[in-house]
Amino acid sequence: MRYLPHTPEDITQMLEATGARSLEDFFAVIPPECRRERPMVLPEALTEWELDAHIDRFAGRMAAGPDAKVFLGAGSYEHFIPAAVGFVTSRSEFVTSYTPYQPEMSQGTLQAVFEYQSLAARLLGMEVANASMYDGASALAEALLMAARVTRRSAVALSRAVHPLYRRVVRTYLEPTGIQVREVPFRPDGATDRSAIGRTDDLAAVAVQSPNFFGCIEDLQAFSDAAHGAGALSIAAFSEPLAFGILKNPGRLGADIACGEGQSLGIPRSFGGPGLGMFASKMQYVRSMPGRLVGETLDLEGRRGYVLTLATREQHIRREKATSNICTNNSLCALTAAAYMASLGGTGMRELAQLNLDRAEYLKAQLRAAGVSLPFSAPTFNEFVAAFPAGFEETYRRLLARKIVAGLPLEPYYPELAGRYLLCVTETLSKADMDTLVREVQS
Amino acid sequence: MTNSLGTTGLVLEEPLLWERGRRGRSGFSLPRRDVPRCEVPKELAGATPDLPELSEVDMVRHYIRLSQWNFSVDAGMYPLGSCTMKYNPKTNERQCSRPGLASAHPLLPEELCQGALELIAALECCLAEITGLDAVSLQPGAGAHGELAGMLIFHAYHRHRGKPRSKIIVPDTAHGTNPASAALCGYTAVPVSSNADGILSPETVAAAMDEETAGIMVTNPNTIGLFEENIKAIADIVHAKGGLVYGDGANMNAVLGMVDMGRIGVDVLHLNLHKTFSTPHGGGGPGAGPVCVRKHLAPFLPVPRVVVRDGVFRWSEDFPLSIGKLQAFWGNMGVLIRAYSYILSLGADNLKRASQLAVLNANYIKAQLKGTFHLAYDRPCMHECVFSDKRQQAHKVSTLDIAKRLMDYGFHPPTIYFPLVVPGAIMIEPTETESKETIDLFIDAMKAIAAEARDNPEVLHQAPTRCKRRRLDETAAARKPCLRG
Repeated sequence: MRYLPHTPEDITQMLEATGARSLEDFFAVIPPECRRERPMVLPEALTEWELDAHIDRFAGRMAAGPDAKVFLGAGSYEHFIPAAVGFVTSRSEFVTSYTPYQPEMSQGTLQAVFEYQSLAARLLGMEVANASMYDGASALAEALLMAARVTRRSAVALSRAVHPLYRRVVRTYLEPTGIQVREVPFRPDGATDRSAIGRTDDLAAVAVQSPNFFGCIEDLQAFSDAAHGAGALSIAAFSEPLAFGILKNPGRLGADIACGEGQSLGIPRSFGGPGLGMFASKMQYVRSMPGRLVGETLDLEGRRGYVLTLATREQHIRREKATSNICTNNSLCALTAAAYMASLGGTGMRELAQLNLDRAEYLKAQLRAAGVSLPFSAPTFNEFVAAFPAGFEETYRRLLARKIVAGLPLEPYYPELAGRYLLCVTETLSKADMDTLVREVQS
Repeated sequence: MTNSLGTTGLVLEEPLLWERGRRGRSGFSLPRRDVPRCEVPKELAGATPDLPELSEVDMVRHYIRLSQWNFSVDAGMYPLGSCTMKYNPKTNERQCSRPGLASAHPLLPEELCQGALELIAALECCLAEITGLDAVSLQPGAGAHGELAGMLIFHAYHRHRGKPRSKIIVPDTAHGTNPASAALCGYTAVPVSSNADGILSPETVAAAMDEETAGIMVTNPNTIGLFEENIKAIADIVHAKGGLVYGDGANMNAVLGMVDMGRIGVDVLHLNLHKTFSTPHGGGGPGAGPVCVRKHLAPFLPVPRVVVRDGVFRWSEDFPLSIGKLQAFWGNMGVLIRAYSYILSLGADNLKRASQLAVLNANYIKAQLKGTFHLAYDRPCMHECVFSDKRQQAHKVSTLDIAKRLMDYGFHPPTIYFPLVVPGAIMIEPTETESKETIDLFIDAMKAIAAEARDNPEVLHQAPTRCKRRRLDETAAARKPCLRG
């Protein structure tokens, strides 16, 4: 086997040095009642070439790649990834190193993550961002837990227009803690109904997502004001950070914590993971933050360098009193997001965000002209909800057979939104692609 | 000269991204505009993000230079105990990059993602077979996330039986994530000590176990690299009081093909695919932490789960006792594909062989170094061995000094000061992918460092001297945190 370098002579010599007679000897400490009763039964080992063919079979049964036209967003977005981003982030030195516990030998990862923290904080308009979480949903769950720690309160208000799968993750995390989750309904225009927050005196946080699951842009400032008026933290979640290339960012709108999914920033969709949990807050809360942080310092000779810091919040020091159990995070994805943001630059990100918005507006206009109604009137970024005429299910299925996915049916997530679809367009779907979709919808 | 570009030979200095950027540069090929421009309502429009602007060549050089300041498995031996820094096969990278998989949207209708669903089902089967457990969820994003899944399953199980419990037994050799994961579920961690042999005694567990205790978290082999020989008896004690046994499978790489986790009484186990199954660590993730359970706990696994009906793979949410979801989507697919590739490349025999050789390498190092460094527990070890600085303290040399000096010899240091039960621990895990020659060089380096500790301790105090940076002031970093630029 090509990954196992031992020759029979090596094994003999090494056994001799240890005093063991055979490899089996080392396992004599394992009592018979702990051993397998039979050898493992697994598929026969494949050669490298056979493996290529085997995985080809799986990859070939997916609607992905240039012939598929997928108008799906809903927390996972297709954006062009510059070749240079994939190239630098596939460097072995980044890919095959461990968490940078030994800073002198890990300055590459450490500086890159420090830069990620900086760019993430700038994009979100926040004072400090951590080194990453698993994904947007678990980041939101951790944000709510953090708010409960900071305020010592045990209820949270969570907009029903937050991604439904994020809300399910929140429920999983919060269920054993006794923290009460109160969902805030959305208005007929698709934005969260601030007047329906209800009781506020026991709230640890008010959490909304913007743009929300329906693509609608929320009035974050008003929610921040409501949170602060109640002594709660304002949490701004997001699933499409490209929006902040053109919209006001969460920090500007009073968020105490901004958290969400960073997959949009140069990370392939990869059937949903790995993505990038982004997590940022005001500096005053940094010691309650979950996750790793990289900080700047000096070496013995006074040269600038970077280390993991504020580790006293973390599980390997604090054990059960830690701010989170997170250990391995999504560091390489954070590095990718930083390389992507640096490739675009501020101007490029603004232009790209503008183009996403323009394409979505174009599709909205064309659909409207084709007689499709757009039930939510709140402004949107690159996705929106459409209500297709009766009988559209059949068209939808017909299009699937041609690898065209005409949006996400909302009924499974919101029973009251039967017949409504969430559509997304980014820079990867051209005017021609959108025109084809509109034509098909009409016919 | 000290600040000029090339003063350290091939390792170049490199400023921060924004120190390099100049307004007006770009490293991005903007897509063609084929639709009219719209105006964003004024009250919504924000300022242009404050991001550095670099040309493509600037961006590439920046990251290439940073990469050169990192040590990596692809560059050399990385014997971090408990972290399992084995070689990360390159074919795995090819497999997870197939456009059909890498660019697939997670919410594709089932008929358009059969390949991914079948792959998930196939990997679940492999992991069930390898562990000896009955059902698997691939959703958790890392080891600690798998632990959290396990603790949530404990919690849901006891509540379902109408008797929620409040405590959990966690041995002193446990990873720090264990008590932290238990605490997230509201459990109070009850610490128990390992015995003079470095393993748990059934009596200790019996004394701690009661009907208020949800169960026990055991890492086996444990963090000292020893097999918990009494695990069966311990599991019986815990089960007799209605508790459950959690197996932290971080060290599963030592016992592939050897141990049946189901038979020894483990009810829930997480695996770190980025340890045992060769997926790269990425400088701190992403990883994957599948959670495996015995049959009676399968209803509690995260949803959705892949089911197959009439040869068609589907997502099913039809598990009313499930703990729910842990990530928005299905897990770290890119990592799962790599692990699946690894399992298929090795097959059953070579997986077992990998464990045997990992254990051989660790025992070889233990035998070669025990005359030089104090060995915490002189017993046959599994995949790692734990020394300490006890003998070097006489020369005022600490574990930290030894670790830093190893860098000058071209090795990544072992895990240090963990496990906590061994003061000044030096925890060495060579893994099976290191050859005898490499290990011999490592042993020579450790012996040379021990000699330096005796004859010239100052060299160790000053180490490292050959890295990109000398020792960094971590105290100052924490006291006055500078976390962004």
